[in-house]
Amino acid sequence: MEKELKVAALRNGTVIDHIPADKLYKVVSILHLDTCEHQITIGNNLDSAKVGKKGIIKISDRAFEEDETNKIALIAPNAKINIIRDYLVVEKRPLTLPAEIKEIVQCANPNCITNNQPVTTRFHVQLHDGEIMLKCHYCEREVQRDKVKIK
Amino acid sequence: MKNNSLVSISDYSKEEILAILDSAADFEANPNRKTLDGKVIATLFFEPSTRTRLSFETAVVRLGGSIIGFSDAATSSSSKGETLNDTILMVSCYADAIVMRHPLEGAARFASEVAPVPIINAGDGSNQHPSQTLLDLYSILKTQGTLENLTICLVGDLKYGRTVHSLIMAMSHFHPTFKFIAPDELKMPDEYKVFCDKNNIAYTEVNELTDNFNDSDILYMTRVQKERFQDLMEYERVKNVYTLKNDMLANSKPNLRILHPLPRVTEIDPDVDSNEKAYYFRQAQNGLYVRQAIVSKVLNQK
Repeated sequence: MEKELKVAALRNGTVIDHIPADKLYKVVSILHLDTCEHQITIGNNLDSAKVGKKGIIKISDRAFEEDETNKIALIAPNAKINIIRDYLVVEKRPLTLPAEIKEIVQCANPNCITNNQPVTTRFHVQLHDGEIMLKCHYCEREVQRDKVKIK
Repeated sequence: MKNNSLVSISDYSKEEILAILDSAADFEANPNRKTLDGKVIATLFFEPSTRTRLSFETAVVRLGGSIIGFSDAATSSSSKGETLNDTILMVSCYADAIVMRHPLEGAARFASEVAPVPIINAGDGSNQHPSQTLLDLYSILKTQGTLENLTICLVGDLKYGRTVHSLIMAMSHFHPTFKFIAPDELKMPDEYKVFCDKNNIAYTEVNELTDNFNDSDILYMTRVQKERFQDLMEYERVKNVYTLKNDMLANSKPNLRILHPLPRVTEIDPDVDSNEKAYYFRQAQNGLYVRQAIVSKVLNQK
């Protein structure tokens, strides 16, 4: 039996699926979709066997650079990125957290230069005892991945 | 690093640290030279630190260089709302190197990225103060004859004290054993204990001062600050327990030396000052030679 699609199929473009529902709008903001002029379909709180309630974003006729989609790995590491051409998935792109994250994360330290002056934030991604930590390039403070503040 | 800046002690390899200490010994033997003749060094102190500023300025003047700058942000254009970026670019037009102290963490790293001239970090908030760490190492080397395999006892505010954190990083090259003595409120953060574990550095933790340092070569005292305590009765108790008195040194090793980044308040009783093991004032003097070595290195001058 054919599966019923809750969100219309995409001819060409990018589908970001399996986004935890509470992270959907963060993903929208990280990818600057609020200013994107392509057709975008957003679904949220859809039933998902994997994550309970999930969000999905379909962007027509637009390809993202890998370092753009990798930013999603920070907040939704299990999201799936599919590149669609002629209704077919031509690429399933795995998400890998980049070694350095620029701009999108805000430093948790109120006394950090980046929170007080016009300075672009930079974080180094490090693994400590199996836990992913972000270390501020400027004030050198570390924060756990799941506690980061997205701008 | 795009230029010769010194922002964090971890910018220097073991070899570079040892080269600075060598050079400092050279300057101690002959502190007055004219190797910086014609050079202009800016000292930008966005928050006051008389001790550090005078030490850097003396280092430059004794090498024949000149000083420009300010000793307080209130007298600088940052009080008019100028960004750090603009202040640094402006001063870079005049000076060959910039020594800076700033109340915000990360300020020196940022400055080193925008400045065309080298930056020397003289303290960025509670983050880094590498010239203090290098002068601590120089003092340890001078009093012990080696940096290798020493037992170092760190006492006082181990939670917020940046000097002790940087000292652990810097000493990690030299197989130390640490003893951390601090009240529960001011214990060494896990981050640094994990660092010790990773680098196979042995450490023990104690929460009473008494004479727990009898096996140590260096007793590094720090100030316990009142504002760190929620409970002021607890502060009063800790303050009295964490005072080093001369009679506590009776059974310490003959080569033990007491260091303190200064200023001290109540943590070292004045009756210790006359003990030959008290080294904190000469430690401050070592700062001059180490800063001569640092300024010379960033400007590629011998």
